[in-house]
Amino acid sequence: MDGEELTEQETALYDRQIRVWGADAQRRLSKSHILVCGMKGTVAEFCKNIVLAGVGSVTLVDDRIVTDESLSANFLILPHENHYNGKTLAEVCCDSLKEFNHMVHVAVETGDISTFGVEFFEKFDAVIISCCSLGKKKLINQKCRKLSKRVAFYTVECRGSCGEMFVDLLDYKYSKKKLEETIECQIEYPSFEEAISVPWRALPRRVSKLYFAMRVIEQFEDVEGRNPGETTIADLPGVLKLRKELCETNVQY
Amino acid sequence: MASQEQLSAIKRAKVLMVGAGGIGCELLKTLALSGFQDIHIIDMDTIEVSNLNRQFLFRQSHVGQSKAKVARDAVLRFRPNISITPYHANVKESRFNVDFFKEFDVVLNGLDNLDARRHVNRLCLAADIPLVESGTTGFLGQVTVHLKGKTECYECQPKPAPKTYPVCTITSTPSKFVHCIVWAKDLLFAKLFGDKNQENDLNVRSSDTANSSEHSEDVFECRKDEDIERYGRRIYDHVFGHNIEVALSNEETWKNRNKPRPIYSKDVLPEEQTKENGNEEKGCAADDVSAMVSLSLKNPQDIWSLVENSRVFLEALRLFFLKREKDIGNLTFDKDDQLAVEFVTAAANIRASSFGIPLHSLFEAKGIAGNIVHAVATTNAIIAGLIVIEAIKVLQKDNNNYRMTYCLEHPSRKLLLMPVEPYEPNRSCYVCSETPLSLEVNTQRCKLRDFVEKIIKAKLGMNFPLIMQGASILYEVGEDLEEDMVVIYAANLEKALSELPSPVASGSVLTVEDLQQEFSCSINIKHREEFDEEKEPDGMLLSGWVEAPVDKDNNKPIGNDESTSNALPSMETLEGEKDDEIQETSEVVEAFSGKKRKLSEVSEVTAPDPSGPSSINQNKPEKLDIDDEDDELIISDDWESFTKKKKL
Repeated sequence: MDGEELTEQETALYDRQIRVWGADAQRRLSKSHILVCGMKGTVAEFCKNIVLAGVGSVTLVDDRIVTDESLSANFLILPHENHYNGKTLAEVCCDSLKEFNHMVHVAVETGDISTFGVEFFEKFDAVIISCCSLGKKKLINQKCRKLSKRVAFYTVECRGSCGEMFVDLLDYKYSKKKLEETIECQIEYPSFEEAISVPWRALPRRVSKLYFAMRVIEQFEDVEGRNPGETTIADLPGVLKLRKELCETNVQY
Repeated sequence: MASQEQLSAIKRAKVLMVGAGGIGCELLKTLALSGFQDIHIIDMDTIEVSNLNRQFLFRQSHVGQSKAKVARDAVLRFRPNISITPYHANVKESRFNVDFFKEFDVVLNGLDNLDARRHVNRLCLAADIPLVESGTTGFLGQVTVHLKGKTECYECQPKPAPKTYPVCTITSTPSKFVHCIVWAKDLLFAKLFGDKNQENDLNVRSSDTANSSEHSEDVFECRKDEDIERYGRRIYDHVFGHNIEVALSNEETWKNRNKPRPIYSKDVLPEEQTKENGNEEKGCAADDVSAMVSLSLKNPQDIWSLVENSRVFLEALRLFFLKREKDIGNLTFDKDDQLAVEFVTAAANIRASSFGIPLHSLFEAKGIAGNIVHAVATTNAIIAGLIVIEAIKVLQKDNNNYRMTYCLEHPSRKLLLMPVEPYEPNRSCYVCSETPLSLEVNTQRCKLRDFVEKIIKAKLGMNFPLIMQGASILYEVGEDLEEDMVVIYAANLEKALSELPSPVASGSVLTVEDLQQEFSCSINIKHREEFDEEKEPDGMLLSGWVEAPVDKDNNKPIGNDESTSNALPSMETLEGEKDDEIQETSEVVEAFSGKKRKLSEVSEVTAPDPSGPSSINQNKPEKLDIDDEDDELIISDDWESFTKKKKL
């Protein structure tokens, strides 16, 4: 890849999107490195989009072995016996993603992400995690926050036709155009743990009820030691009980 | 997760997709993953490199192949057991008639031009099949649902016409860069490289008409034995020097305007320099010929100086004559023709320089000249998801829950997606409500041909019209017409309306039909003597066909030929609000039946014709009623949807 300028190949391929976000943003994209953990539906979509957009690299983490069930809502997995026999989700998705854009480096990292040291995360500009327990999310978020460099942190969880995304951009400075002027703005993002610790009573009335529902399920899975997404209809009584408890706790001062 | 009912409705459904491009690829993928098993897809295009940043079912190796077919193959790789039927064809073909459309449960559009959308709209109305429409441009997008009799049809709300510019603005008084582009593309490029027999407004009309002994034709022809260098400079001097001087001689024009300055090649590029131009082309193929390469201008995003633009102009012209001689005389501007883009950019910039208009880079000029729509994968993915959601509602006849959904660039009241209830059909819509139109025309001067071309085809969007007065057929198109009728119709075209076998006069009512679209409407004729040449250049005025206002002062580059979105523009006016203020979320959803909600001043992005550059309609909407029911929708008592373990 050329030093500072976009190559002719990049200009031709990315023409339509450069017209959206500009050549400068495209250059910065091409130098970014993304870490993705938990290869399921929404994350597969994200990987497709970010690879098409032309990031520098995408590193996938997911040691779960591909099963028939993985095929649902993940178009990166092709249902041929030979294609996925014995391979991990990360490996199979990596092969598919490479095809979308040869200029993006797609790789697999094995191991439990919560055991990786802080230095590991320093290699990345953004970390996206999904299908993770409450504890793991908090842990990885903390590791990212410890770094001197900003590593953006995102979690995404989809359950049925509902979904939730969390974003932590730490100390974020940006420019905003208002009429003819450009204003410099700044937002201090709370950590994941801080965000979900806000007492429910203190939240704005317009907050979606889905937020609370997600917290209940999250807690339930944490308390019962379930893998994320493995709460079933049989657990409904337990979940409703927990909901009642949490509402009562959060309503008190 | 979908309920059992939803799943069986999906499984049984037969779906037609029109368009396999940006939206189409995402949509086909999402339909397949959602459990749809019988999908038909029509697309006439082939794959291009610039598609690959978002049309992810395609690879570099597929460039040149049919989009519909390759999309189908790609999706079958991850869903081998479903049925996808591709058609590499134009949806306007006669085989895609009403009976064809009737076979489907729902039609999903992912088109990139207004013409095709109107056509599909009419067929869906005729077949009484629900239509889910959509469009995207950059970060903006929308999905709309259309059911005959229940909601507006696609044409109930007028779509803005493509932006056109008065001839004199282009030929004499440009004030914006886009005027220079139109001049360079449709006049100069066409004159030099296009069909010589075409009419061309290139030469400025001056008050001093009897001056030159040269006919304009001769000026642009390369003379026998004329050196290409000489020729290039001669053309340059003629259009940027001489023509400007002639224009300046008309004092009236410049009374309230800044005067342009004539530019001559000898002042910008002293003779010797052009001879040093150009690395030798090293025998490159005709297709790859490029003035930029020849001149070592590497970056298409750079804004060239007048000197550089002039070099490009001369070099591009030289390369056309040297390397692409056989093309000259039948070229039309193509945004993927690098040399053509270079020439037009340079020419537009030199003209701009002359008129004191800021210069633009090749990248920007190409976008304007080529009517390129900016596009990213994510917006298409979002819109595709929304299309499937609406399609499922349609299959379940979930009448109260259809939504028009607008995807904004910036959140408005913290919402990025804005759902709005559909409106009832527009009672004055000439397409779905059979309201008659009115036409003012000079029946003694206007020929039937003009009526057919400018009104029936261009404005009303009919492809194969049948025109009747009472029981008398004035004109029709078809394959099985008798010879003598064909002769009569051909003769009719050349006659003035009042001289037709069944004379058309004030008070006449014409019935116009397109048999393929199964669309019919009546037009009341009113005779009028005079028409304003500038304002009504067609000499006809159609009313009852409401045209959305076009913003004349808009500077933003365009909508276009390629992709289109009718989305609401970003809601800058609403950002000033205090988003922290808590809004009451308990607004109860009004039952859809019978209630028409008024969205004040919905404004839409243009979906223009290939005929010229167009602009975005920037009417700022007033406050919208945000549909707050969504909170209620999410919190269904159906906890099952949350917690049930997903099954394949």
